[in-house]
Amino acid sequence: MAQHGDGVTAPEGDAVHGSAVTTALAVSHQTVESPGTAVVPTDPVINPGFPPHNPRMTDLYPEKAARAARQVAILFYISIIGSIFAVAAYVAFPIVPGDPGSIRINNALLGIGITLGLLGIGLGAVHWAKQLMREDESVELRHGTRGTDATREKAVEVFTLGNNESGIGRRSLIRNSLIGALVLTPVPAVALFRDLAPAANPVPLLQHTMWKKGTRLTRDPDGTAVKATDVTLGSAFHIIPEGLNDREDALEQKAKAAVLLMRLRPEDLHVSEARKGWNYEGIVAYSKICTHVGCPVALYEQQTHHLLCPCHQSQFDITHEAKVIFGPARRPLPQLPITIDSEGYLVAQSDFHEPVGPDFWEREL
Amino acid sequence: MTTTETPKTVLAPTRGARFTGAAANYIDERTSISGLVKELGRKIFPDHWSFMLGEVALYSFIVILLTGTFLTFFFQASMADVTYAGSYIPLKGVDMSAAMNSTLNISFDIRGGLLMRQVHHWAALLFVASIGLHMLRIYFTGAFRKPRELNWLIGFVLFVLAMAEGFTGYSLPDDLLSGNGLRIIDGLVKGLPVIGTWTSYLLFGGEFPGTAIVGRLYTLHILLLPAILVAALGIHLVLLVINKHTQFAGPGKTNDNVVGVPIMPVFAAKAGGFFFIVFGVIVLIASFFTINPIWTYGPYDPSPVSAGTQPDWYIGFADGALRLVPSDWGFMIGPWTFSLNIVAPVLVLGLFIVAVAIYPFIEGWVTGDKREHHIADRPRNAPTRTAIGAAGVTFYAVLWAAASSDLIATHFGLTIEGVITTLQYLLIFGPIVAYLVTKRICLGLMKKDREIALHGYESGRIVRLPGGEYIEVHEQLSDYERWRLISYDDYKPLMLRPDAKGRISVTERLRAAMSNWFFEDRIAPVTRAELEQAHHSGHGAIEAAPESEPAQLH
Amino acid sequence: MAKSTTPRAAKNARTNRKAGRRSPLASVALIVIGLVATGGAYAMFTSSATANTATANSTLTSDGAKLFAANCATCHGMNLQGTKDGPTLIGVGAASVDFQVGTGRMPLAASGPQAEQKPVQFTANQIKALYTYVASFAPGPGIPDKQYLGGNGDAAKGAVLFRTNCAMCHNVAGAGGALTEGKYAPSLAGVSAKHVIEAMETGPQNMPVFNDNNLTPADKANIVTYLKYLDKNPSPGGLDLGNLGPVSEGLFLWIFGLGTIVGITIWLTAKAN
Repeated sequence: MAQHGDGVTAPEGDAVHGSAVTTALAVSHQTVESPGTAVVPTDPVINPGFPPHNPRMTDLYPEKAARAARQVAILFYISIIGSIFAVAAYVAFPIVPGDPGSIRINNALLGIGITLGLLGIGLGAVHWAKQLMREDESVELRHGTRGTDATREKAVEVFTLGNNESGIGRRSLIRNSLIGALVLTPVPAVALFRDLAPAANPVPLLQHTMWKKGTRLTRDPDGTAVKATDVTLGSAFHIIPEGLNDREDALEQKAKAAVLLMRLRPEDLHVSEARKGWNYEGIVAYSKICTHVGCPVALYEQQTHHLLCPCHQSQFDITHEAKVIFGPARRPLPQLPITIDSEGYLVAQSDFHEPVGPDFWEREL
Repeated sequence: MTTTETPKTVLAPTRGARFTGAAANYIDERTSISGLVKELGRKIFPDHWSFMLGEVALYSFIVILLTGTFLTFFFQASMADVTYAGSYIPLKGVDMSAAMNSTLNISFDIRGGLLMRQVHHWAALLFVASIGLHMLRIYFTGAFRKPRELNWLIGFVLFVLAMAEGFTGYSLPDDLLSGNGLRIIDGLVKGLPVIGTWTSYLLFGGEFPGTAIVGRLYTLHILLLPAILVAALGIHLVLLVINKHTQFAGPGKTNDNVVGVPIMPVFAAKAGGFFFIVFGVIVLIASFFTINPIWTYGPYDPSPVSAGTQPDWYIGFADGALRLVPSDWGFMIGPWTFSLNIVAPVLVLGLFIVAVAIYPFIEGWVTGDKREHHIADRPRNAPTRTAIGAAGVTFYAVLWAAASSDLIATHFGLTIEGVITTLQYLLIFGPIVAYLVTKRICLGLMKKDREIALHGYESGRIVRLPGGEYIEVHEQLSDYERWRLISYDDYKPLMLRPDAKGRISVTERLRAAMSNWFFEDRIAPVTRAELEQAHHSGHGAIEAAPESEPAQLH
Repeated sequence: MAKSTTPRAAKNARTNRKAGRRSPLASVALIVIGLVATGGAYAMFTSSATANTATANSTLTSDGAKLFAANCATCHGMNLQGTKDGPTLIGVGAASVDFQVGTGRMPLAASGPQAEQKPVQFTANQIKALYTYVASFAPGPGIPDKQYLGGNGDAAKGAVLFRTNCAMCHNVAGAGGALTEGKYAPSLAGVSAKHVIEAMETGPQNMPVFNDNNLTPADKANIVTYLKYLDKNPSPGGLDLGNLGPVSEGLFLWIFGLGTIVGITIWLTAKAN
């Protein structure tokens, strides 16, 4: 083998058929290596050598071999037919715009043609190999993976020469300064990555959303305003801030500002002192962005008043200010304080009082 | 390489043979390839079904490369806003990114485009699955032992790269499902202590979702990751050739030979044919089964989400780990938020993955066995390793199941809460139980093998002795059959001995403890003396008269 | 295919569309439409009642009363006032009764996390009698108008609304999904347009209410159009594996894909006879 270099050692890996097992058993390359805690048997059962070879039906009966050969050819012909069929299907079954059924047919027929084209070759080749090619097992000798001592000596010599001729081991000043230089070269590359993102600090961005005092609550996705009277008991409205759709960064803003609006019986809400005026006659607005990793939490159960996140099953109790009652989330969903304006439309009293969405290091709350 | 110019020899070569000879000559004179053919052409590959799993991975990767190239001709890796005007009615007039739009056009307006997409995606699932199964085969047969530890490590890198390729790939269409997947990644990254916020900011090029991520993932998906993957794959295969394939113990097979079929022609025909079969099976699946119907998911929008939002199967274990964290894990360090509900699963998964990567080195250190091992173990013959593997598989399976906790609940009429709580307990106790049970099963099987090797197997024939006693006739194994059962490596626990300075180091103590854990329960292989003794003690009783094979009473 | 590829350029088109809707007049118009539609729904019930002859109506109501007393009153009370086993039905409207009884959810077979869909227990006429009777107590959402049931709305608009308002529970393809404590959002495949709209109007069990001010009757008709499109057009890619997403794809691949291939490897490496 190539990796054993000059090949002066044991006979090259010639494949021998069948009976060479005795020589194979006799050779061992691994007597020098430590077996560790392995128990080297003192009285092992002797390897019985290869079992007698059983010929196949195709070896014994020429007519079976001929039949197998025909089968192989038939499989190859099936492949040819399949490939032609695929092209024919491509032409004959075009996609009709607006008709998904035509895509389904095109997909299936083109696919079945290509499948036959491939499987015909594959099954044919394997059938050929199994039935008709010489099948008795061959033996190849292994050699230790390590290079021979002679090769290794030469390799050491190469390195020694390299060391001597360059003086890298001797000239420590050159060597160490080179190492220092190499260590530092990737640093500019790391610095280059800074401009993957804009210059602004991300932390303030995460702490604020589009909501501010007087922003109307509007329907997702069309942006029409919602009146308090629209929100009947048991309703759930998916809400975005007014003006979101006009913004260049609509998706980025939506990813923070999406809100779920629900109306409960005021007596069902357990409102803490600080949030007394945050709901409007039982209408509450909570951030839709999960405090776990940010999926939209929107599965509202109007009888249990539980909100469920479909991604990781965190559950929030709307009657108790969206506190976590199950699942991996750590914080309640932030509540958006709302009220109505002079026309009766629901508006925000302010932005959220804490950052929405998943935890982050600089969150400070 | 001899010339075939002389036309009128006794055995005149046909025109085809002349052409082949001339072509071979042409190439060899320019590449010296004859040396390679001589070296490799008759290399031997052992035949066992489980040795084909790596090939499945290789072939699905080739399928992925071919179909992926087709897809790049049409895909636009841009998050620019466009309005869909293609032929799928329920999305007409909907705003979406160019990436989503072009993926829909590949699916609905280019003949065969949907087929190529589905082949690409199914092949990707198969790629990672076959790598996983291949790794399990390597692990449970101990084929990672010297000299193959490095190749295990490279294979592990390939596995990680395959998962990375999968994730970057399925995020590209910018549909609702993959967008929510990216949202989860964003939340996960933000939760990392100290570096989280900035890492996410740099990754997404600003605030989530931004307009950069699809383009960046695309570059990784089609350039950087495949380049590393192909390089690692090349090294993996070269090392396979250098180390030669392992083989299972069998009559005539030793640690110093390889028994099997030569590359030319049998293995080439089988392996080459197998490529077409794997390709064909993938295309067959893609012809009849939808995968990733982005048209029902719709374009990404941070507000909607679908019930049953899950990642592709190979990322499932990570998603499951996120789901299994109990409520309220996290705390403040001064002004800083430490999200244990993110850090804990990341750490657990990290440790798990590192343990998988370095296992060969741990076992090698514990046994101290510096010999080369080319005979693959039967899993039962390495009970502790097999039990550790079963524990690992259980751990992974629980995480994996957790990723579909909601679907398990709906399809088996259970509650989500019940499923998750059960899986939380299973995550801790499942591996322990799996370890204990597997180890006992392995030891039991070893005992049974030993019994059968020494005394034969129960034939099911009951014979009445002249004295009225009933006994069952035991059939002896042939030498060949017996060899498969008794040929395995045997280890015993390390004895602690002081070193030259008369001390016992801590690492040596640890190694002894590990060694004891690994090998305290051992069943020694049958020796020749035992075998002869068993045969003698059995003789003199009754030969199973009508059978030609020697039978033995026990 | 794309009308515009300039980043965010298409926003302008969208903005114009939206601006029209957001003008005060548009809001007023929308509210008027909403009110008319809601009122219309109520009125429809009343008018259909008045359109009938008084005798026919009273026959229906008295039939309904008998059916109610026999089948519903145990839990909902003789006067619909509700008991500890069932909520009051005063003001739930005909839509609610038609949905619950017409999909077989009521009468309840056994208590469980939620009422299961079962074979329907009553004939169409009996259901009509029941809802006429219940609706005679107090007005509530009525049976949806036929014009919204035909599936001739805008499927694309319906799909957008479906993804925002429905997909988180019912899954983007309407395959259903899990809720808390063993409850679930059912699959919408094959559910009639009338029942879908009634469910949105009335919010059965834990489903939130989507009244006509939230999703206008036209919005609801669009959603129904999208669902009908899904029902009528199987996935272009082939069998949909239950539309359960990557989980069913992964399971399919492991069991059938890899299973097939492992089977082939066994054949491939087995010795020929």
